[in-house]
Amino acid sequence: MKIATGNDLPTGDVVWWDGEGWTRHVEDAAEVGENGAALIAREEASRRVNAPYIIDAEMTERGPRPAHIKDRIRARGPTVRLDLNRVPIDPATGSWVI
Amino acid sequence: MYRYDQFDQSIVDARVEDFRDQVARRLSGAMSEDQFKPLRLMNGLYLQLHAYMLRIAVPYGTLNSRQVRMLAHIARKYDRGYGHFTTRQNLQFNWIELKDAPDILAELATVEMHTIQTSGNCIRNTTSDQYAGAAADEITDPRPWAELLRQWSSFHPEFTYLPRKFKVAIIASDEDRAAMRLHDIGVQIVRNEAGALGFKVFVGGGIGRTPMIAPLIREFLPAEHFLSYLEACLRVYNRYGRRDNIYKARIKILVHEIGAEEYARQVEEEWAHVKTLGLDPPMSEFDRIAAYFTPPAWEEGLSDDIDLSDPEFKAWVDQNIVAHKQPGYAIATISLKPVGGIPGDASAEQMEVMASLAERYSFDELRVTHAQNITLPHVKKADLYAVWQALKEAGLATANLDLISDIIACPGLDYCSLANARSIPLAQKIAERFAPLDRQRDLGELKLKISGCINACGHHHAGHIGILGVDRKGTENYQLLLGGSGAEDASLGRITGPGFDEDGVVDAIERTLDKYRAVREPGERFLDTYRRVGFEPFKEAIYG
Amino acid sequence: MVEALRYRDDSEHEEPAVTLDAFLDQTNATAVRLESDEDARALIPYLDRLALIEIAFPTFRDGRGYSAASILREAGYRGELRAAGDVLIDQVAHMRRCGFDAFAPDKPLDPAAVERAFRRYPFSYQKAEDGRAPVWALRRG
Repeated sequence: MKIATGNDLPTGDVVWWDGEGWTRHVEDAAEVGENGAALIAREEASRRVNAPYIIDAEMTERGPRPAHIKDRIRARGPTVRLDLNRVPIDPATGSWVI
Repeated sequence: MYRYDQFDQSIVDARVEDFRDQVARRLSGAMSEDQFKPLRLMNGLYLQLHAYMLRIAVPYGTLNSRQVRMLAHIARKYDRGYGHFTTRQNLQFNWIELKDAPDILAELATVEMHTIQTSGNCIRNTTSDQYAGAAADEITDPRPWAELLRQWSSFHPEFTYLPRKFKVAIIASDEDRAAMRLHDIGVQIVRNEAGALGFKVFVGGGIGRTPMIAPLIREFLPAEHFLSYLEACLRVYNRYGRRDNIYKARIKILVHEIGAEEYARQVEEEWAHVKTLGLDPPMSEFDRIAAYFTPPAWEEGLSDDIDLSDPEFKAWVDQNIVAHKQPGYAIATISLKPVGGIPGDASAEQMEVMASLAERYSFDELRVTHAQNITLPHVKKADLYAVWQALKEAGLATANLDLISDIIACPGLDYCSLANARSIPLAQKIAERFAPLDRQRDLGELKLKISGCINACGHHHAGHIGILGVDRKGTENYQLLLGGSGAEDASLGRITGPGFDEDGVVDAIERTLDKYRAVREPGERFLDTYRRVGFEPFKEAIYG
Repeated sequence: MVEALRYRDDSEHEEPAVTLDAFLDQTNATAVRLESDEDARALIPYLDRLALIEIAFPTFRDGRGYSAASILREAGYRGELRAAGDVLIDQVAHMRRCGFDAFAPDKPLDPAAVERAFRRYPFSYQKAEDGRAPVWALRRG
């Protein structure tokens, strides 16, 4: 599946397109299909997101999992500071990211 | 250390308001990201994996306690309670919000700090010897010259949109502790035969995609022409550096393509004109700056004896202390490389401990080293035990300076949007594998440097052992390099062969070092043995 | 092309700028346009007969024009020096310091914002072509 991600303009937070707006939770990311390019152009122009891009992801029972490690690290936080991760102290974080 | 006068302060204050205005225009939509990006970068603000990152300039690595306390305050108020000291002697915060950035700049300005030109295609923060002003082997303190450079390069109207970034390092001893020849311009302060002070100028070094050791461009530049000569060096680069290909835009490519001699000729021709323009400030301006760097009021007649009866303290003294120019004093380095920690990271609480120790025991001075540690430059030998005890309590007394666990590592894929692989977890694994201090000390001086991508922020080419993280079909892969050095015996490491996964590279390092132990001669460092016996025996040991 | 912002007292030059090649072929022209990869020093023999030199900024990131402007001013050129192309509000102050005294931006600039940009920094560290005394000279009083 294709999903859209970027950073929130004023805060820099990692965000994901959920079909209606931008969420902090990759689990809520929505398939953007063929409309990704138009979507991110529109959203960037209206400053609802900064530096957005489309990525490949795989749908799992816990929601979309980005295909590339970089976006999985973006989704969770640094692998070396689990205390700062978005999903706090999740023992599965390691295997989900790596 | 240098103190701002009304001119310096008003320039930095103006920058804060300039950036506040730019951020407001970005947030309102008056400016696109394409237009804003180079402006925010020139204020040290990057967009990284998780958030904005703010890089704060630490000019030539020198800080006082008030500044370090401000960094701790910013870490708490605007970030997540810690900061990261970099290989360019700067400090980065990883979790900054764009809307807070102007306020952070305003807070920094109250302690004479800024983020000016910590990124972008301009002249970056000048780096120097972390032992400046204290080292027994320096011929003068290089920092007044670095400060002169800081002022000249700040908002230089001609050199703000160079082909690519531009980094200058300046040292004043034969031992190179600042990787001077791996900079766009490396300057070594020397005396000529007549005893006059001047500069050896090296141009066109760098690491990154195409590592090069800077060739000598001028054997001796008289001190009074410092800035006009650099102006000529930069002008030739600004006019003729390549702009067609970002990967070939650094000055090292220009110098390499036209040759060091031809580049030097063009600079001399330009300089013959430029030096008539009155760009060099009078020496009285240099003297004004230099007065801020007069040595502190060291006590005379102190004993050089240190009570080493505590073995743990002795290990720290043996490893982390170097000779000071004043009898009875020592230069003490605080390792930010605890085994299992994140190289270069310090918490707000640790920053405050270091600030207090500097204030009480080191004439209020701290230095950031390019190896991502902190130095207290002027500690009485009699105070070392008290300093060590306080450091130990704060988790800052690791006795590993220049040993295998004193690893330089870039932030890597845990933080950096350019990275291909993670650096920090690998540094942690290596440090853990070689954790016992006896084992580290047996291996001796060993500079291990890790970069998570080809941009080489972790100086992997200059490591005795270097590691480069690459992306191999979506998985992290690590190439091993041997034989690099960023010191006065500068050399570039050679890739051993096919890369490894994370555990594989740790095993390969162990095999390399087993080989070293088997073939070394007494007193040889790993690098010395490598240079004596060559690449092949190690390659054989690694790949079998 | 929008109207140029000029910071000169003389009246605007009427003659269109010719290319450097055309100028060197036919040196009775009094206005020339320099592309960013052309050598400003080629004009030095002719500065006294030039009333307008336009320097192209194909993108604001291409900083060669700053050196070109400095070189021309250092050589004594006193005519109009115009920055043309991708000239944005955040670059005009540096351009002015390098000797530009006219701007022909692709997208119009607010003249009031330009004035604010010129005044933003009260002091400069370097001696440049705007005649402003560098900080090191001011410090001597």
